[in-house]
Amino acid sequence: MVRLRSIEELELLRSEILSSRDSTKPLVAICAGTGCLTLGARLVVRAFQEYLIKKGLEKEIEIKETGCPGFCEKGTLVVVYPRGVYYIGVHQDDVPDIVEETILKGNLVDRLLYKDPETEENAVVESEIPFYKYQMRHLIKNNIKIDPRNIEDYIALGGYSALARALSEMTPEEVIKEVKISNLRGRGGGGFPTGRKWESTREATGDPKYVIVNCDEGDPGAFMDRALMEGNPHSVLEGLIIAAYAMGSHKGFIYVRMEYPLAVQNATLALQQAREYGLLGENILGTGFDFDVSIHRGAGSFVSGESTALMNALEGWVGEPRPKYVHTSQKGLWGRPSALNNVETFANVPLIIKHGAKWFNSIGTERSKGTKIFSLVGKVNNTGLVEVPMGMTLADIIYKIGGGIPGNKKLKGVQTGGPSGGIIPDRYLNTPVDFDELTSLGSMMGSGSIIVIDEDTCAVDLARYFVDFLCSESCGKCLPCREGLKRMREILDSIESGRGTETDIQTLQEIAELMRTASLCALGRTAVNPVLSTIRYFREEYDAHIKDKRCPALSCKSLVSYSIDPEICIGCDLCRENCPQGAIYKDDGGFAVVDQSKCMRCGICFEICPKKVRAVVRESRGLPGEKR
Amino acid sequence: MQDNEHKRLVEMIDGYKGKEGSLIQLLLDLQSEFNWISKDTLQEISERLKIPRSRIYRIASFYEAMSLRPIGKHKVSVCMGTACQVRGSGMILDRTESKLKIKQGETTHDMRFTLKRVNCLGCCAIGPVMVVDDDYHGRVTSDRVERIIKKYD
Repeated sequence: MVRLRSIEELELLRSEILSSRDSTKPLVAICAGTGCLTLGARLVVRAFQEYLIKKGLEKEIEIKETGCPGFCEKGTLVVVYPRGVYYIGVHQDDVPDIVEETILKGNLVDRLLYKDPETEENAVVESEIPFYKYQMRHLIKNNIKIDPRNIEDYIALGGYSALARALSEMTPEEVIKEVKISNLRGRGGGGFPTGRKWESTREATGDPKYVIVNCDEGDPGAFMDRALMEGNPHSVLEGLIIAAYAMGSHKGFIYVRMEYPLAVQNATLALQQAREYGLLGENILGTGFDFDVSIHRGAGSFVSGESTALMNALEGWVGEPRPKYVHTSQKGLWGRPSALNNVETFANVPLIIKHGAKWFNSIGTERSKGTKIFSLVGKVNNTGLVEVPMGMTLADIIYKIGGGIPGNKKLKGVQTGGPSGGIIPDRYLNTPVDFDELTSLGSMMGSGSIIVIDEDTCAVDLARYFVDFLCSESCGKCLPCREGLKRMREILDSIESGRGTETDIQTLQEIAELMRTASLCALGRTAVNPVLSTIRYFREEYDAHIKDKRCPALSCKSLVSYSIDPEICIGCDLCRENCPQGAIYKDDGGFAVVDQSKCMRCGICFEICPKKVRAVVRESRGLPGEKR
Repeated sequence: MQDNEHKRLVEMIDGYKGKEGSLIQLLLDLQSEFNWISKDTLQEISERLKIPRSRIYRIASFYEAMSLRPIGKHKVSVCMGTACQVRGSGMILDRTESKLKIKQGETTHDMRFTLKRVNCLGCCAIGPVMVVDDDYHGRVTSDRVERIIKKYD
């Protein structure tokens, strides 16, 4: 491939790629994102390759390994073009049927289609599946169409045309103005207006200037950045190059956490190819603009996702935050003006340049524009990544897209914003989701995780979980965060084990207030949200633990006990074989009995007892008779 | 350290000479090459890159991905991200600990397994998730733990 030396050459290449591709030719797109790979996508790919060779069809039928389209719950996902037949839960053994029936004869393989659980009707193409029907997919819609390791796939779908437009038709100031008018707000959590950040970086004195992609997606429960970086890295890169042009930067960094090896690989490859095609490096597309990017792998630290901490890490120091007396747009990386944005923020930029700020403003709520990708996970039927316009209600996301709660359980609430967010109870489900609404409920948007919890999750335990998480992730530089979290964990531990006292809640609130005021970085200041929001909305659960010594969700180990109902037990022995403590023995009648002195209440027996039998009883210790 | 190992170490360190801010990247490479960062390694980096040992030690002890002790042949990670947590990953960790007879963060005596809890691997939709070496296992149930471990035993 020759380097593209002008915008005309890019357009020429695009038309060449398009004319060399036959859109009527059968193509099998297989999701090779981390989710589907875990569920066996590699085997499916191999099975297709081998079957096509065996049948001598490898020239007639194309196979494409794509990025993640979001419906991880039903992986491995396979889409057969040109019709776009959407197969879910595909196993390697299904491959012959797909080739013989669907590709060669045009028939559908019923068992692999999405079936509506209520109407039992089959959905054939993506738009007929409720999970996709109610979404508005601008950022991740191309994931299933693109092989992320092939830049030409991205170019074929109009890729890098926004960059071409920015470089040839717009001045850097005009690009910034467009982004400002679009009202794009940072997708990493804070929701800071992107255009303003860029403007102050551009205007800051100091040279060189740096632009940084933050792909240190550490929020547990969020994985949209991973899906974009793995599945469509060029869309992020295009946004980054446009940003660099707007701010007058010639050096960029992509910071990817090492827990995402595939994202590191695909981003590295994307940079290489962009360089080969003249989209990175010197004199990009012959416009005289120079810019290049390096990849920096994170080494497993949540706090390093904070902007100043991340810059410390890029400089080769420990990734812990520094005080922000001066904005990083003035003095950031190596003391130079630096703009750091989240992956999803950058992915929005080419769309804004291409379709205009007016188009972007037509989507969303008054103060939050555009679409947002959420990771819908936890106790919900259709888990995965969903992209919706800002302002869709939680209820619509959970019920229309997510298909409701599995196992006839009662919805308790949703956790948003990761460890910096809070838990919103079910009575607020009609809240439109945007930056400000979530903040007003004591939670926050964060990077966009929506973790659905049902009646089996204890609110106190969830708060403790986040505090525990933050305890191990706090860098320890400032005292309020380091010590405050530890003390909060101790108090929550004692509440959970039935040793809580009446003054505990007040103490928690006092510590929280102090941490919120005095912590060095946003992580410490927001670390109190999980605790405060659960006290605010689930006070009765705290009271039950403290006063009645019981856990209403029957989840806290110290407050429940397990026993086996001899009337129901069928003597299958599964629980005894699987008890890690050896706490289950057989009585004279051959039935299993739990030795309470040995039992550590892990609940494995409860889980493993056959669903049709359900002889293991989980009981509240504070209130015998309260069982499930 | 054997001669060829030492040669490799020197090569890797020298590869980063003159590259500003690359210490973390070097340590990550060394970790994956040698499975741990030994005292000798720290010393070698310090001498060759003219960086104080204290600074290298600080980084190596700060990050999850780096280990100052040798780790087992197989690395078992149980995801404790929120989504996995609400789907019962605590039970998976309990089960793995009792199967391997070690606590999280520890290595078995025979140096075969190191067990770690990790905070979100980004496979939230198919939790609970467990990773052994480079193999991801999704929707893990407590009775599957034993079978998964056995594959590597």
